[in-house]
Amino acid sequence: MPLNVTASAGEDTLIQLLTPSGVRRTSGDYDRWVADVDGPALQALYEDMVVVRRIDAEATALQRQGELALWPPLLGQEAAQIGSGRALREDDFVFSSYRENAVAYCRGVDFTDILRVWRGNASSGWDPFAINMATPQVIIGAQTLHATGYAMGIQNDGADSVAVTYFGDGATSQGDVNEALVFAASYQAPVIFFCQNNHWAISEPVGLQAHVPIANRAPGFGIPSVRVDGNDVLACLAVTRAALDRARTGGGPSFIEAVTYRMGPHTTADDPTKYRDANELEDWAAKDPISRLSVLLDSLGLLTTEFTESVAATANDVAAKLRAGCIEMREPEPMDVFKHVYSSPNSWLDRQQENYGRYLASFDSQSQDASGSATEGSH
Amino acid sequence: MSTMTFGRAINAGMRRAMENDPKVILMGEDIGKLGGVFRITEGLQKDFGEHRVLDTPLAESAIMGTAVGMAYRGYRPVVEIQFDGFIYPAFDQIVCQVAKLHYRTQGAVKMPITIRVPFGGGIGSPEHHSESPEAYFTHTSGLRVVSVSNPQDAYTMIQQAIASDDPVLYFEPKRRYHVKGEVDESIELSASSMEDAHVVTEGNEVTLVTYGPLVPTARDAAIAASDDGISVEVIDLRSLAPIDFATIEASVRKTGRLVITHEAAQSGGLGAEIAASITERCFNYLEHAPVRVTGFDIPYPYSKLEFHHLPDLDRILDGVDRVMGRTNSLSGLER
Repeated sequence: MPLNVTASAGEDTLIQLLTPSGVRRTSGDYDRWVADVDGPALQALYEDMVVVRRIDAEATALQRQGELALWPPLLGQEAAQIGSGRALREDDFVFSSYRENAVAYCRGVDFTDILRVWRGNASSGWDPFAINMATPQVIIGAQTLHATGYAMGIQNDGADSVAVTYFGDGATSQGDVNEALVFAASYQAPVIFFCQNNHWAISEPVGLQAHVPIANRAPGFGIPSVRVDGNDVLACLAVTRAALDRARTGGGPSFIEAVTYRMGPHTTADDPTKYRDANELEDWAAKDPISRLSVLLDSLGLLTTEFTESVAATANDVAAKLRAGCIEMREPEPMDVFKHVYSSPNSWLDRQQENYGRYLASFDSQSQDASGSATEGSH
Repeated sequence: MSTMTFGRAINAGMRRAMENDPKVILMGEDIGKLGGVFRITEGLQKDFGEHRVLDTPLAESAIMGTAVGMAYRGYRPVVEIQFDGFIYPAFDQIVCQVAKLHYRTQGAVKMPITIRVPFGGGIGSPEHHSESPEAYFTHTSGLRVVSVSNPQDAYTMIQQAIASDDPVLYFEPKRRYHVKGEVDESIELSASSMEDAHVVTEGNEVTLVTYGPLVPTARDAAIAASDDGISVEVIDLRSLAPIDFATIEASVRKTGRLVITHEAAQSGGLGAEIAASITERCFNYLEHAPVRVTGFDIPYPYSKLEFHHLPDLDRILDGVDRVMGRTNSLSGLER
């Protein structure tokens, strides 16, 4: 039985405002959500996508050069992340997985902070409250519950912010995601479930996770859903804005399935040639999110040399800063290993910390002894 | 001072915490209209509203995971796990998120979540309703674990747990819910620490360490032992992570003998940790190897056999005889 047929099929049902060949088309109710997107706004979306792709390429290179232990590339998913990420308001709160580096970029993260985890210098890169985005979640799907709980809190506070959670097609098999959908519906919480169906959960095709389009599941929970062309930045922006509006005005949760494709490996430790067909990659390369927007920009006379050169310069500048920030990152101190396990003193851990401190200090006194006796020996 | 049951004392403590801090919310199955299957939250939804006392769908992982999200938003969730044996669906959220978020985020995100768990046996229930899963959690860094044994501690420590910026598992011995005791409601939370072990019976020949449901049993054992001429000091741990080893150590330096008793299975349990730690700290003071009197390494048995599994007064006394080198059930055997 072909496994990845049903859940990936049905491209004609996708919400799409920009075709793979770069033609702007209308899509019922959704055009009004991007009516304000003028030439400069289109150029900004283009620049965002080019820059995050450049960050992704630089980070991959840093991994290959041994500066990062691992990197999860987002190559191919720029439109889904930029389109949705640029729809958010500052007081909205994001709970994502580990591949949403472009969303973090939209939230205003310091680029270098994205790398801390992957360089092994910290367990997370930034203060979630500084950019209203939780640090990446590694346990698949767990963050969907955090977003739902956060949204329940927003509701209690009487605020009109929205919690947005990002996860992949593989996560939809997890109990936590399904439980999050139940809770979100029960409390009508202002939360958006943004599923990037990138077709692969490491080596497992989406057909192994779902026998119907993933978006079709949400109505069973009482949550309206939409399937959007995840490589169309305009459509992703539009559907996210619509869902945000619904959540802000008391309409409860929404589910968005952004159909996209993971062009790279799961992480730099993965080898996708072992499990997927090169033809599939070619098909998706033809639907590239950046190419199609560049065609549109060109047709509008906005893809000037001046513009593309400026974008390239920005991207290169960001990449250079990323590289420098990575290499100059402060190394953690040995005793940092004990920090922040608890928010107040803990007698067990304090004892272990004290003992380990003495152990480390014993090397200092040994080397002092050694240098002391060497001095004596020189007499 | 007022007299109240153990269960009522927890209720009164939560009520006070909710009055003092509007960010304190309760979440759990059947805790609203019904007041919980043990009625511990009785009346709280009526008085504080459905937005403060949330009846949740039946999904423990989701209760815990949404509590994490609530904590991100600045709330102090108090989660009720209906029975000890139902906590496992929430295990991942507790161990991977609740326990680790403060460390993961270098202190930026606090998880002031209290997880109330009715635990232990002795109530004649079917499987999954009588377990003692505390060691799973004491083994997990980032969590604080306490167990209460009397109405006063129940009242005080639930408030201290809720006030803690670290997550706290609060184990309630369900078979003692109806025990009555004096509770001083005017007590200042800062006057005591929930991490201190308490010497509940003084003695000088044997240190008997326990917590939660077996504290009254241990006190009875100390009285019975004294009739037999043995002076037993009983320590109620109160905090299971971290354990107040200083108090146990001080006692063992005096008595030279250590018996630990708990309902949970023996292997890899808290008794092992206490025996090892005390042996490390005051080996030279020990007159005898530490003795453990615990539940067996079995799934919790069907109720007609549960009192063979649960340590009782006589099994504790047998352990006291062993550590005293007196005739006991294992006399002549090395085990």
